[in-house]
Parts: sequence; structure tokens; C-alpha cells
Amino acid sequence: MKKMKLVMVGNGMAGVRTLEEMLKLTPDMYDITVFGAEPYPNYNRIMLSPVLAGEQEIQDIILNDLDWYAQHNITLHLGKKVVRIDRRNKLVYAEDGTMAEYDRLLLTTGSNPFILPVPGKELEGVIGYRDIHDTNAMIDAAEKYKHAVVIGGGLLGLEAANGLALRGMDVTVVHIMPWLMERQLDKDSAGMLQASLETKGLKFLLEKQTQELVGGADGRVTAIRFKDGSEIPADLVVMAVGIRPNTALAESAGIYCNRGIVVNDTMQTYDPSIYAVGECVSHRGTAYGLVAPLFDMGKVCANHLARMGIARYQGSVTSTKLKVTGIDLFSAGDFTGNEKTEEIVLHDAAGGVYKKLVLQNDKLVGAVMYGDTKDGSWYFQMIRDGKNVAEIRDHLLFGQSHLGNTGHQGQSSAAAMPDEMEVCGCNGVCKGSIVKAIKAQGLFTLEEVRKHTKASASCGSCTGLVEQILASTVGGAYTPQLNATKPMCGCTELTHEEVRKAISQEKLLSIPQVMQFLSWTTPNGCASCRPALNYYVLCAHPRVARDDPQSRFINERAHGNIQKDGTFSVIPRMWGGTTTAAQLRRIADVADKYNISAIKVTGGQRIDLLGIKKEDLPKVWGDLDMPSGHAYAKALRTVKTCVGSEWCRFGVQDSTQLGIALEEALWKMYAPHKVKIAVSGCPRNCAESGIKDVGVIGVESGWEIYVAGNGGIKTEVAQFMVKVKTSAEVLEYAGAFLQLYREEARYLDRTVHYVERVGLDYVKQRVVEDAANRKELYGRLQFALQDEKDPWAKENINQREFETLTV
Amino acid sequence: MDNWHQVTTLEDIPLLGSRVVVTEQGDIALFRTGESEVFALYDQCPHKGGPLSQGIVHGKKVTCPLHGWNIGLEDGQAVAPDVGCARKVDSKVVGGHVFLKL
Repeated sequence: MKKMKLVMVGNGMAGVRTLEEMLKLTPDMYDITVFGAEPYPNYNRIMLSPVLAGEQEIQDIILNDLDWYAQHNITLHLGKKVVRIDRRNKLVYAEDGTMAEYDRLLLTTGSNPFILPVPGKELEGVIGYRDIHDTNAMIDAAEKYKHAVVIGGGLLGLEAANGLALRGMDVTVVHIMPWLMERQLDKDSAGMLQASLETKGLKFLLEKQTQELVGGADGRVTAIRFKDGSEIPADLVVMAVGIRPNTALAESAGIYCNRGIVVNDTMQTYDPSIYAVGECVSHRGTAYGLVAPLFDMGKVCANHLARMGIARYQGSVTSTKLKVTGIDLFSAGDFTGNEKTEEIVLHDAAGGVYKKLVLQNDKLVGAVMYGDTKDGSWYFQMIRDGKNVAEIRDHLLFGQSHLGNTGHQGQSSAAAMPDEMEVCGCNGVCKGSIVKAIKAQGLFTLEEVRKHTKASASCGSCTGLVEQILASTVGGAYTPQLNATKPMCGCTELTHEEVRKAISQEKLLSIPQVMQFLSWTTPNGCASCRPALNYYVLCAHPRVARDDPQSRFINERAHGNIQKDGTFSVIPRMWGGTTTAAQLRRIADVADKYNISAIKVTGGQRIDLLGIKKEDLPKVWGDLDMPSGHAYAKALRTVKTCVGSEWCRFGVQDSTQLGIALEEALWKMYAPHKVKIAVSGCPRNCAESGIKDVGVIGVESGWEIYVAGNGGIKTEVAQFMVKVKTSAEVLEYAGAFLQLYREEARYLDRTVHYVERVGLDYVKQRVVEDAANRKELYGRLQFALQDEKDPWAKENINQREFETLTV
Repeated sequence: MDNWHQVTTLEDIPLLGSRVVVTEQGDIALFRTGESEVFALYDQCPHKGGPLSQGIVHGKKVTCPLHGWNIGLEDGQAVAPDVGCARKVDSKVVGGHVFLKL
């Protein structure tokens, strides 16, 4: 079959991203031709400000070099402006007469800077700020001239002004409105911004309207005159008063435009063969000027060009971050407010911190922050997710709790960190290398940064910091992934929830069935989705679905914890942290027999035998003659206890006995992640119940149950769920809570993440208030556990897993 | 001079799984893909020496169990952006018997 022809007019970020997305879906569907009016391949336009500021060179901001176009067999016409579209014959013509035929045409003509229609606008030294050409003109002017005037106190104008000042010019920013960045900031935060820019040497003239630009004999601008008659000298005038979608070509071809090329939710114009994305587009009446929405459009458009036909673009919420070194400013959503909204404000003028949150119907709809923007991504995520914040409203303004986030010297603000400071303590990545990778590799998402630098790719505790660094480096181009629509992994577009729903409703009993029914894009998944699917299938259809050991991580296949040298550790179960002299003797004998040099008491009140060869594991288990401690599994680990009322002079309840009962009832329970339980016999809480997935505390009149605590990566204090009278009730409530978590959490989410997502109120509703539902949940858990076997018992061992071959 | 040695049968390598062959030159990981193709690599991840044989096999790749690097089974090359190579061993399947060239 003959290949279809795709022609793209415009060679900017939105267009090339669309091509990249499309090539991922269908590498061979089209012969592709690209026309670019500029003489450069696709470059990172948002990095022009750092180039102007002298922090980067042009060659550093090229995103797709010429080799990329060649590799994908793309015919590239640089420096050729397309001037005519012949829609009837499906042809486009460039200025120099170059002609190309299309079956599909993609218009990505971007936008033009708006030039004020004042006398003198055509004088030399009067420019917009849009591309490499403008940037070079400014750099040249800075070398030769003294006085610069930037018209427009918005994002772009301030970045231009800052760059020119850094290059030694005397810069005045002229703005028609009463305060700077009025579309992104309110009056208070704008005042703080202005003050700190003034300390950097910038001057401001607010509420000033330009009358005309005055020229000298040589045809170059010399001054700017205002409506009020005043005048200041100017050798360079940068107009940064906004952009206008570049629709000239589309309009000349008779394609419907209305402040942008009008497209539907599939990015199709009124001509069905012609698509458009980027700043030239008007979608549902809105034209976007930030990169993140343009990438969203590109993804949708690629999907339709590839004839998949399932994606829709429904508009974007945008955020802004000013890329001026040393100034921390963030805004997102609708922060101006109206009669239906409420505001929470913190204003510390002396400390230079300002935060405003705008809420409507218990949801966050907008945020402005100045001076301390470390929680910007967190707020933005909540705005995008439409999360109900009623429960956390009282401490919302103070940001995300960073309690116990370790591995980066207690830092929670990326801006305050020097380049050489370590951000990711797991992989030893410092701030400078992250910034460098973002700029050099053209990274825009957290996933991309993780892939290229490994920062936050292991334990993830520094994710917030990495997001901040990303946001401040790429500015408005950064958008956190929408939580509710985040795909499971690269093998599917579906979310965890959608996959789980299909597994249970369609009675999908095996991983291949799931992958076939849900059209997985890979033949057998990846190391990320396979263990998740295996768990989901088993959880939805207990005692019916068959386990697939090849889809389990090695620890759950070998029933030991793999160590850095490839040996395994063995931790036998000690019910409620209790043991006997006979068990200890057997452990000692095993240690001698297998030359185990490292024996360690764990934090979960058990004994860890380290350095055991895989082939010895079944023999070690046999000699120990103790059940598996599941210390390697996404399953119930340990129930930690204090000695309780039987011995302790303060104890009011028998915590050891309850701990043993809980462990006996729940051991062998697999879950989305590991589960830890503790029982303390009095509120002194010696078993540390406050940081466990389920923490039980004995009081004179019964037991208090706390849930969703965490002691690891994200230290989080458990929240009170309910108080009950008897041990039997503790079992039922704890079991029901854990079954809810098992059925609804995403694989690898701990209870803390799950409860943060659904809210404690929801959990209480399902487990505490609805008694019938609680009994059903607990019943389902008991049913699922009936068939689970001890993986260390001789009859359950798959010998082949542990046998090696020889030549 | 390298010769072909029979080490096991196709059936004795689990589908999407692996076996370890102990040799004088070191352990060799023998993989079987979902389509029953067989590949062999020295059992050391180019990153930090993790035992590739213990990883999850998907497509024609294996994910190292220690730090999650993906290694191509056909050539032992790490999947970008990671860089490194595990040494490859020639293998073949004849009549259900698996041979290594050693």
C-alpha cells in the first residue's frame, strides 16, 4: 500500500512533539515533510530566557538535531515559509516555490508577538521577543547600547528585562496595568515581586501608556514618549505585550479562524484533512501560550493522525513559574476569586513570603505563591485532580508535610539548594546534574527526569524536590501528571482503577487474558505492570485465579529477600515477636551448618539470617522448621508487640496475645505493598503503633485502632479510625480495613498513600459506620486467606526454581 | 575452540523465565521468552553485577532485580538511557534441546 503523506507547516515545539508522539504509535504510516520558517531545527523556546541571561548557549537548547529528522526519514525544509495552501489539490507552496503534496496537513504556525500600533514601531531597535533571531538582536544591542525599555510587565517581559539587565543594560519596564503580571499575580504578590526586581536594578513605570517611539537621524529608536507627555531614552525597545496566534496562512486558505485556528476536541480544523496544534490554535475559545497544554494537544492529535481515534483534548489548567534566578514565584488556576470562592492567605511582608489559596466547594481552584513555592506542584496537582480538601483545610496553607523525608539533608526547598548539594540520596544525584540534564536533554516530565538522571527513581522521597527543580527550570512547561488519569505503565493508557474494574467485571482470570482484553501494547508487559496484574487478578478472584510466579519479583518467587551480592536473607516468623528456646537453638544450628556469618535482630522483633545462597534456601527452611516470615513480600510482615498487661506494671491490655491473634489471622495475606501492624498494651505505646499500617493501642476500656501510619520513606503518623471493646472486634475492623486497601489501592501504594487518596472519612464510612459492609469485607478477606499456603513448607516448594544447571 | 554443549531442554526453562548454568567461566543466565525463543547472557548486570537470571522477562528484555535496569536479551545491551552491556553467549534449540556455545 502506498504511504500517506503528512506535511507539517511550522517546526516548533508543539508540532515536533506531535510528530514524536505519532512516530511512537505508528512509525511507518506517513511520508513526512516539515517546513520551518526559521533556519534552525526544533529548539526549546522556553529556554530563550536563560540564553538571553547568559546562562546557556543556543546550541544547548536544540531539542531535535538534524540527525533526528534524518533518522525518521523526515524531509525538512528549513528557512522556507509556506505562503499558500491549495486545499482542492492538497498542496502547499513555500515562498521560494517549493511545493509539497499532502493527505494530512498539520498546521503548527505558532504565534507572533503583538506589536503596539504606535508611531515609530518600525524603527530599528524595536523588536518583539519570540525566537532566536530576537534573542540575538537583544544580545547584540546589549553590547553596543545603554538604555533598554521593555514594554509589558508580564512573564516574558520580565524575563527579557532581567536578561538585558544581566547583560549590563539600564532597563526600564513599562506596564499599562497598575501591577506586574496581573494575569498571574494579585496585587500583593506583584508588589513583592517588583520590590525584589528593583533590588536587582530594574526600573518600573506602571500605568504608563506609550504614545510614540522617537527615532534618530540614523533610523534607530532613541526614546519612548508616553501619553502623559513624559519621555525616557531608549536604544532598544522590546515589545512583550502579548502574542497573537499566527493564523495568516490558515485564513488565506479559507480555514475558519476566530482568534486562532478553530479546532475541535480531536485537534481537527474545519477542513477534515487539516489538523492544527500549538499556539496558533483556538480550542473551545481559548488560545494557550504555555508549553504544557500544547504537549497535551500534540498527544491527542498524534492519536488521531495515527488513526487510533480515541483521544480527546478537553482543555488544560495552567501554571506559571517565573524563570528569573533568585526569585521564587508560582501561580496556578483561577486565583482572582469571585463571590463563590473563599481565600486562605498568608502574608509575611518582612519575611518575603506570600501565599494565597482560592477554594470553591471544598476544592482548591487557584494558588499564588511568592518567596516560598516549594508546595506549588502539590497545590497544582490538587487543582488538576479536583481533590476535596475539606479534611486537610486547616493545614493546607502550610503545605505538604515533609516530616521524615530523609536523604537530602532536611532540605525541602529546592531554590535554597546550591548546585552541588545532593538531592537524591539513593542514587547520589546533585541539583546541578538534574538542572543540566533537564536543559541539555530537553526533559519536561518527572518520568523523563527519573529515567535520565535516576533522581527520585528509587525510594521516591525526594520527588517533591525534583518536581520543584523541574518546575523552576522549565517554568510553565511543567505539568504534573493528572493523578486520576495516570496510566499504569508504558504498556497501556489505562489507569490502575480501570484495569482493576475490568478484571473484576469481565472475570479476567489470568494476565494474558487481561492484556488481550485491554489491548496491551507490549506482548507480555513489563517488570512494572506484570507483578501488579498478577496481584490484581489474584485479589479479584481468590481461590479461582492461578498465581503466575514468573510475574512476581524474585523475592516472592524465591521467598527470600535478594541482597546486593545475589544471596538471600531468611527471616522466620515469630508470632507477635515471641520465640522459644527450641527455636533459638535451631536457628543457631542452622547458622553453624550453613556458615551464616551475619545474624541480625530486625526492627520487627525477629531474627534475620543473611548471606544464604539461593540453592540452600529450601534446606535452610527445612532445618529451621518455622513458618515463613514473609519479610520479602508485598504481604503482612510482622505484628510488633510490647509485653503488655501480663508482665508490665503499666499495661492495661494483653497486647502480646492480641498481636499473636492478629498475626495468626492475617499471615500469608498478600497486599499492594508490605503491611506492618503493632499492638501496644497502654498509651505509652512501646510497640510504636503510631507509625504502622494498622496500629492498636490498649486503653483501660478497650482498644484504639489507628490506620495508615508509616515509618519509612514518608514518615506519617497513623490516624485514629475507631475505638472498640474486644479483641474480636479489633480483628474484624483491622481485617476489614486491610481488605478495603487490598481491593482498592494501586499496586505499590502503602496504606498511607491509599488513605491520602480516598480520605479517612471514606474509610470510616466503609469500615466503621457500615457494619454490614465491614462484615462483608472481613468475610472476603477470610475467604481469600483460606487457601494460602506457607511457601516454606516442603510440599509447596517449586524445586526447579532453586536448582542450577551444569554443562 | 568453542563447542556446542547441551545444557537442558526447552521445557525445563519456564516460559518468561530463566535457569542458571554454572560454568568454569562464571554463571550463565538462560532465558526463555514468551515466544519460546532462548537467549543466554553472563549472569551479571553491567550496572552493579546483579544476577540477571533472577529478573522478570518481558518481550526480549530482562529487568535486573537489583536496580531495575532493562537489558536486551538479543545483544546484552542496556536499554537507553542506561549504558552498558552484559556479555552474550550463543545458544540454540534443536529438537527441544538447548545448547550453549562455550
